[in-house]
Amino acid sequence: MMTDPTSQRRTSRRRFIAGAGALSLALTLRPADATPESMQAAIREVLGNAKLNQGRVKIDVPPLVENGNTVPLSIAVESPMTETEHVKKIHVFNEKNPLPQVATFHLGPRSGAARVSTRIRLADTQDVVVIAEMSDGTFWTASANVIVTLAACNEDVI
Amino acid sequence: MLLSLLAVLLLAPAHAAEIPQAEKKSGYDFMTPETKAMQDELTSNPGMLTVLDGEALWNRKTGAANRACADCHQDASNSMKGVAARYPAFDAARGRPVNLDQRINACRTERQQATPLPPESKDLLALSAYVATQSRGMPIAPPDDPRLKPFREAGEKIYELRQGQLNLSCGQCHDQNWGKKLAGATIPQAHPNGYPLYRLEWQAMGSLQRRLRNCLIGMRAEHYEFGAPEYIDLELYLMSRARGLPIETPAVRP
Amino acid sequence: MARALINVPKTAKRGQVIEIKTLISHEMETGFRPDRVGKLIPRDIINTFVCSYNGIEVFRADLHPAIAANPFLTFTTVATESGVLDFKWTDDDGKIFAEKANIVVE
Ligand code: HEC
Ligand code: HEC
Repeated sequence: MMTDPTSQRRTSRRRFIAGAGALSLALTLRPADATPESMQAAIREVLGNAKLNQGRVKIDVPPLVENGNTVPLSIAVESPMTETEHVKKIHVFNEKNPLPQVATFHLGPRSGAARVSTRIRLADTQDVVVIAEMSDGTFWTASANVIVTLAACNEDVI
Repeated sequence: MLLSLLAVLLLAPAHAAEIPQAEKKSGYDFMTPETKAMQDELTSNPGMLTVLDGEALWNRKTGAANRACADCHQDASNSMKGVAARYPAFDAARGRPVNLDQRINACRTERQQATPLPPESKDLLALSAYVATQSRGMPIAPPDDPRLKPFREAGEKIYELRQGQLNLSCGQCHDQNWGKKLAGATIPQAHPNGYPLYRLEWQAMGSLQRRLRNCLIGMRAEHYEFGAPEYIDLELYLMSRARGLPIETPAVRP
Repeated sequence: MARALINVPKTAKRGQVIEIKTLISHEMETGFRPDRVGKLIPRDIINTFVCSYNGIEVFRADLHPAIAANPFLTFTTVATESGVLDFKWTDDDGKIFAEKANIVVE
């Protein structure tokens, strides 16, 4: 216990990170240029002049995640998914990543249901906004807040 | 907040009794339901992509000998079952223990007459994940080989040693403060039962040595070269500490 | 070569809504990440995924860098007839990764 093994160690690169919770995630997704405003701009692009209605959209995302690199996200939209009445697109946005867009899913009557899921990256604690675009030209929305905690033992930058 | 927890950690003695068998918990037990589901459902476990790569390599002829692993070992679900649960094992030729990666590379060089695969390379992780997956669900059962004893003790020494700028030992976090939060992460008991595994932080598969390296860097201690004997000794000790826990490869961890 | 893991039921009843799961290996390099010397690593992501059922597109996804590495997608489709489901992922270089799965509809 008393012998210091340091002398025997071969170490290629010594790297000391500042702060035990060094924000490696911040390196992955620099939240520099991300703002709720840029998200609003991206949303307006999708909406045009249409009105945004609350409802019909259900977001399933953990309220608190251990790591923002891989956040499971499931979305379901209420719709009969018939020829005449269906969801055309599901748009996903975020507030604080470098880009406001996350994904757009294209659906139709052949989907049978409006149910999709994926895994997303969240650079920080923030809101995820989902907008469903219907075949009748209406837009429906919901949002969910996700708290992102960070890992304690970090990788040095490889 | 972090500093105050570190202060608590520093007060903990460097050496404490091992965690009793009944209180042993896999890293899995500390995860959120969503991360658990990602590991459990093999159709959506990202580590399975690597296992499938490993299966393809297992069946591919390579090296000067032009042999595939399957040519000698046939069906891995039979021949490799339980192997990962009892590694590292003593290698008489080297006079010291080797871990599963080194054992696979020994077959690469000696039996296939191919070049060894570099540590953390895609192919080595794939073969290692494929072999270890054959033991999924089986309890860790370190061999009772007396030749391993001095190396396991050397591993325990590294585990108990206060090191790095923070002057912490592995045990201060993993034996005495497991279950507590550190900068958002829950401190697990440091069991090696899921490797190679898919770590969300890495967004990739990685070996136990990569994980140990992360902890050493977190402790502001110097880390070893991949494949260094110190890592094998540590692995040997961690495996004996984890005796009885099920192999989870390919596990998912935050 | 990218590796994909696809989960489609082997058989289904006509008219049944089936769930399809896909997972593909890809780093999804965001373009916002600096390398060791501080230079940004160029963006390289899968930006489009398409699923066709006997040649007809039934699902499409436009993806951005906020999709996690090794993209995972699940979606639904109506089992209309026996045949082939084609899956196509396209990355920033225009490289296409393709997979298929058969389905028997009774
Ligand atoms: C300051 C506290 C601390 C110290 C000291 C520490 N670790 Fe860790 N370790 C952690 C935390 C926290 C995690 C969980 C990973 C995360 O989410 O960041 C972890 C994870 C691990 C894991 C992964 C377990 C799994 O389920 O896959 C292993 C193995 C491990 N540590 C071994 C070690 C070893 C060996 C040492 C000493 C060389 C050590 N740790 C020192 C805090 C610590
Ligand atoms: C030419 C035949 C041959 C080929 C090819 C071969 N092996 Fe082996 N392997 C053996 C023999 C023989 C042993 C056991 C004897 C020994 O210890 O050398 C062994 C032992 C092993 C062990 C240890 C098993 C245990 O119970 O401890 C593993 C793991 C292994 N091989 C994996 C592989 C993998 C992975 C490949 C392909 C990359 C491979 N082998 C290719 C002949 C082969």
